[in-house]
Amino acid sequence: MAEGFGNMSAPMDQGDNSDSAAPPRANLEVFADTLLELAAGDRNVIAVTSDSRGSGKLSDFARRLPSQLIEVGIAEQNLVGVSAGLASAGKKVFAVSPGCFLSARALEQIKNDVAYSNHPVKLIAISAGVSYGALGSTHHSLHDIAALRAINNIDIVVPADNFETRHAIVEAYRHERPIYIRFGKKTMPHLHRCGQSFSIGRAITVREGTDASFIATGETVWPALQAAELLTGEGLSCRVVSMHTIKPLDSRAVEESARQTRAVVTVEEHSVNGGLGEACAGVLMQAGIAVPMRIVGIPDEHIVSGSQGEIFAHYGISPPGLADIVRKLLSKG
Amino acid sequence: MKISDYELKLKSIQYRRSLLEVIRRAGAGHTSGDLSCIDVLNVLYNRILNVSPQTFKNPDRDRYIQSKGHSVEALYVVLADRGFFPQSDLERLCRYGSPYIGHPTRDIAGIEHNTGALGHGLAFGVGVALAGKSDAKSYRVFVLVGDGELAEGSNWEASLAAAHYRLDNLTVIVDRNYMQITGRTEDVCALEPLERKLQAFGYHVRSVDGHDVAGLADVLGQVPFEPGRPSLVLAKTIKGKGVTFMENVAKWHHGVPNEDEYARAIEELDLARRELKAHG
Repeated sequence: MAEGFGNMSAPMDQGDNSDSAAPPRANLEVFADTLLELAAGDRNVIAVTSDSRGSGKLSDFARRLPSQLIEVGIAEQNLVGVSAGLASAGKKVFAVSPGCFLSARALEQIKNDVAYSNHPVKLIAISAGVSYGALGSTHHSLHDIAALRAINNIDIVVPADNFETRHAIVEAYRHERPIYIRFGKKTMPHLHRCGQSFSIGRAITVREGTDASFIATGETVWPALQAAELLTGEGLSCRVVSMHTIKPLDSRAVEESARQTRAVVTVEEHSVNGGLGEACAGVLMQAGIAVPMRIVGIPDEHIVSGSQGEIFAHYGISPPGLADIVRKLLSKG
Repeated sequence: MKISDYELKLKSIQYRRSLLEVIRRAGAGHTSGDLSCIDVLNVLYNRILNVSPQTFKNPDRDRYIQSKGHSVEALYVVLADRGFFPQSDLERLCRYGSPYIGHPTRDIAGIEHNTGALGHGLAFGVGVALAGKSDAKSYRVFVLVGDGELAEGSNWEASLAAAHYRLDNLTVIVDRNYMQITGRTEDVCALEPLERKLQAFGYHVRSVDGHDVAGLADVLGQVPFEPGRPSLVLAKTIKGKGVTFMENVAKWHHGVPNEDEYARAIEELDLARRELKAHG
């Protein structure tokens, strides 16, 4: 990933896997540090913010590279339109804004000015999903994956941990297509072993297993992995796949999980409508693979109030909740 | 070599003939908006813009962004005349599988940005202008917006940024024809006092007769009007200009002339050309 990127390689080797001594951090912080490194080495890297430099942990960036940060104020439509213009003139543009506003207020700009016009803006959706917890639905982005899956010419990446986030940002820097990357602000444990590779569009099997598969994305991979640990104690072997790229979806990883285990549970910090789960279901149905399956996410209802962790637990995006779903699916199977 | 005012005037008539022919053949188009902005496009591409088919990929080229994308037939006609693509391509407007669709796209040589949804071109232009400032480039950015589309709030977001970043490499041209699809702009949702609003947003504004090619060339040739401020040309136009029965009649927004109407329109334009040749 880091080949040929000068001084990126040394820091890339640190903190990019579970064997690292680097303490786990929020994906948001890893994003900000990575972007600052990229920008320090390439003056064409531009961060565009909508009064979001603090939320995006970019205050240090603004201080150190003021000429490479463009502030548009609280104006997400303008954020994306301006970013498209900058990209058309050769800039490597990271448009940074909370996922809730970026993917809803500026959806038409994403669709027309970025995707349809094919200006390779890197859209960075911070504090995505229910990261803002009790601030309520105005601040949740549970629709963004569904909305963007239906738009041609944009990739969607939802990194699970620090390693995936760092690599996603570095790949986005080189990416020649529009891309949307969403993550939260909670400290995320390291999930990957030393030597793990990362490429957009290729899922990572975090843990092998033969009884059931969790196909999870973003900050839900960790509770899925913990659920798999719980089930080990009951003699059940669960695979955990980090489906960090929603589009283009790694269909082969989905099919293999279904063929090689007896049940599939998808997990996402998103509405159950139109997200990862339905994408996987579509793959399996069309491949003629029928296995017991459950889509776990936020149901189509007025969302419960609480912190991200409380909301996860309420909807079963938790080690006991996910373990219970596997038990039920396997007992039916 | 600089094209004369007389030749510009002749081109305006020829462009009007061509776009009516293109629309008539395709059975589709935004006729009166094309006729409203065609003189602006004529002056931009024949007098002002430092861009040609040979330099279109050059990072130092001037940029033209047409936010009022529905007037694409006017743009196609001018680009064809400037040699960006063969004139015969105009016959493919809105045909099955044709890249020449009813709004501008980058699939066509000479087009910078896909537009059609209103209120998008200005923010894009601000981004291009910011990149130019960042790289100390000398290129200029011209954005044509319709007056009706100024109701889109995104234009005012972009205007805030244009003034904040002192983008004197940006020129906004408002096609002020006082009409939109429903009727008069002032009846639909009033824009006036428009000039004062635009000034308040930080533009250095100049008004000009948007059909006077010599006047347009003079004004557009003077940008930036003031260092450190974006320029705005309020081009006072007539929707449907040049075809009397289309002027200021709302139905011609996307009306397509029938055989008789087309013949009458061409007759009027041919008369205008004869008079121009006779009197200069």
